[in-house]
Amino acid sequence: MAGSVLEIKNLHVSIEGNEILKGVDLTIKGGEFHAVMGPNGTGKSTLASAIMGHPKYEITEGSVHLDGEDVLEMEVDERARAGLFLGMQYPSEISGVTTSDFLRSAINARREEGDEISLMKFIKEMDEVLDYLEIDKNMAQRYLNEGFSGGEKKRNEILQLMLLKPEIAILDEIDSGLDIDALKVVSKGINKMRDDNFGCLIITHYQRLLNYITPDFVHVMMQGRVVKSGGPELAQRLEAEGYEWIKEELGIEDETVGQKA
Amino acid sequence: MTVDTKRLYDKTYVEQYSQDKQEPEWMTALRLRALEQADALELPKPDKTNITRWNFTQFKHTAEAKPEPITSLNDLPEALQDFIDQEDVTENLLIQRNQSVAYASISQELKDKGVIFTDIFTALRDHEELVKRYYMKDAVSIDEHRLTALHAALMNGGIFVYVPRNVQIETPLQTIFWQEDPEAALFNHVLVVADESSSLTYVENYVSNNDEQQTVANVVTEVIAQNNAKISFGAVDHFAAGTTTYMNRRGVAYRDATIDWALGQMNDGHTVFENVTHLVGDNSATHPKTVTVGSGNQVVNFTTKTVHSGLDTDAHILQHGVMKDKATSIFNAIGKIYNGASRSNAEQESRVLMLSEKARGDANPILLIDENDVTAGHAASVGRVDPMQLYYLMSRGVSKEEAESLIIFGFLAPVVNLLPIESVKKQLTQVIERKLS
Ligand SMILES: Nc1ncnc2c1ncn2[C@@H]1O[C@H](COP(=O)(O)OP(=O)(O)O)[C@@H](O)[C@H]1O
Ligand SMILES: [Mg+2]
Repeated sequence: MAGSVLEIKNLHVSIEGNEILKGVDLTIKGGEFHAVMGPNGTGKSTLASAIMGHPKYEITEGSVHLDGEDVLEMEVDERARAGLFLGMQYPSEISGVTTSDFLRSAINARREEGDEISLMKFIKEMDEVLDYLEIDKNMAQRYLNEGFSGGEKKRNEILQLMLLKPEIAILDEIDSGLDIDALKVVSKGINKMRDDNFGCLIITHYQRLLNYITPDFVHVMMQGRVVKSGGPELAQRLEAEGYEWIKEELGIEDETVGQKA
Repeated sequence: MTVDTKRLYDKTYVEQYSQDKQEPEWMTALRLRALEQADALELPKPDKTNITRWNFTQFKHTAEAKPEPITSLNDLPEALQDFIDQEDVTENLLIQRNQSVAYASISQELKDKGVIFTDIFTALRDHEELVKRYYMKDAVSIDEHRLTALHAALMNGGIFVYVPRNVQIETPLQTIFWQEDPEAALFNHVLVVADESSSLTYVENYVSNNDEQQTVANVVTEVIAQNNAKISFGAVDHFAAGTTTYMNRRGVAYRDATIDWALGQMNDGHTVFENVTHLVGDNSATHPKTVTVGSGNQVVNFTTKTVHSGLDTDAHILQHGVMKDKATSIFNAIGKIYNGASRSNAEQESRVLMLSEKARGDANPILLIDENDVTAGHAASVGRVDPMQLYYLMSRGVSKEEAESLIIFGFLAPVVNLLPIESVKKQLTQVIERKLS
């Protein structure tokens, strides 16, 4: 069997008692690229954060399994070591910890004690990816995300993705704040990951990214649910016509969720 | 159980001690004067910490046995080996075991250039005039309070460093003050003088192992940078829990001189720590950087102060502290600019990271400014490990413990990374790891 399977069933998620996700079903398999689209405030980041184990989000109902293992029972770091990766919309800045030192720790966290990656091998791999993503080599020696521009942070997330080689990656608004050149580079990195053993969930509220990365499946989120799924042609229709037609079709007036009036 | 210092270490004792050390007369007189003053003076009053009940009196003034000289660095206990860069042993190293020199080496090159790097008692004999000119004169006064006076009266160890005019020292000078005797007090005096247009890097380590026995460390450090001199001063203090420490490091910078400090304060016992730099000369500068990890029940009071009286002086204080267990800490950062010190700049930043509910930390930014034409700024914060940072790091697979440790070390990095000797940096990292575990 090729690749892993991430299975999300009837997922309900609350923040501070406020229900944001109201039953999401989604299955991502190795080799597949899924896009989750939707306007701002419809619950996309909540979905990503809940899967990764963000401390603020409470799962009230439903399940998430990775290859049959209960993800919701795992700590955040265990989820990562089980093969999940989340490219965050707002990555934290960590002062005093270089990107390079951190990445080496993260790679070694996945390996057995005594089987740590050698410094030479690590540097070689990192340099290759830095080159591939057209990132200045100095960035690896800078403190993780500290003082990075929005674009640098996003590239850094992709750098981590490519070095950590997860089974299933969720990329939350990886395209936001990128100029067209950066967008191309980031897409190039994600496309390079395409493999029978790699599944990806790309979250975006623009269709722009999907000009460079062709998804196999497209899902639209509104009001904390997946309201429509289809193939790449769905993304194209959204590009051409926007979201209004879906709202009309489904009789939705306010597509957002959890907003206090 | 408390030993009465006054009775035990009286005039006769001090006189005899000074004679045994073959000190010049003026030094004996200075000690006796200081001893008298000590009785009349009060303890220092560090802001927001009450030290009146700390042990400053229960100690043994002289170490039991005269230590064996260390003939090979390989004979050092492992704990001390870590201080020394085994691959590249510095030629300029002095180890003081208890209160006597156990190992001393200085390169021929520095000797030829007239650099002095020797213990304080030898310096009092061989370089009397130089020591006399600086000893407790321009930086620290004998009569500031009871502890400075007691220090002067009972001084029982230390080192003298002198760099002549125009001499630039590339390789660091390193000293290790090793209090092996668990009850012996250390009244250590460090005097570093960089003459005009000279430069040096000096790094010192304090170590003791008396977790049970009570004793005192009363250390006065005077650092003098003459015109256009540059001094880079690094330190790792690691007195054990039984030692109550008064650690006074004072600098005086004359015209165009710079004194930079990178100080790791890792004591396990109660500590009053003060680091004051007087920017006396025009265009003088200082960058005092301090890190500390507080653990157990220890109480620590830190004061880092820059005093600006020259024109165009520049200072940037950075203090980072991590507090765990029930440790209590006060961080005072003081920028004092006198009237007339035009175009001076006093910046300061104090950050405290709290690791437990019971730890206490307090950062007090203080600017005392009597001049209009200046710039000054302060930042202070007391906080906890950011759960978003933890989440971010853990989402890449590192364990919670490792993520925390990365964040804490990152927080301390701005000072740790500045220590000029690689082995000392590593050793500080080890001490931090041990304190945090
Ligand atoms: N940290 C938070 N605290 C409180 N409410 C939140 C938080 N994050 C998101 N929400 C609420 O959840 C809703 C959905 O947010 P989000 O999942 O970020 O949407 P999207 O990613 O689709 O823009 C928002 O309308 C907001 O009100
Ligand atoms: Mg979002």
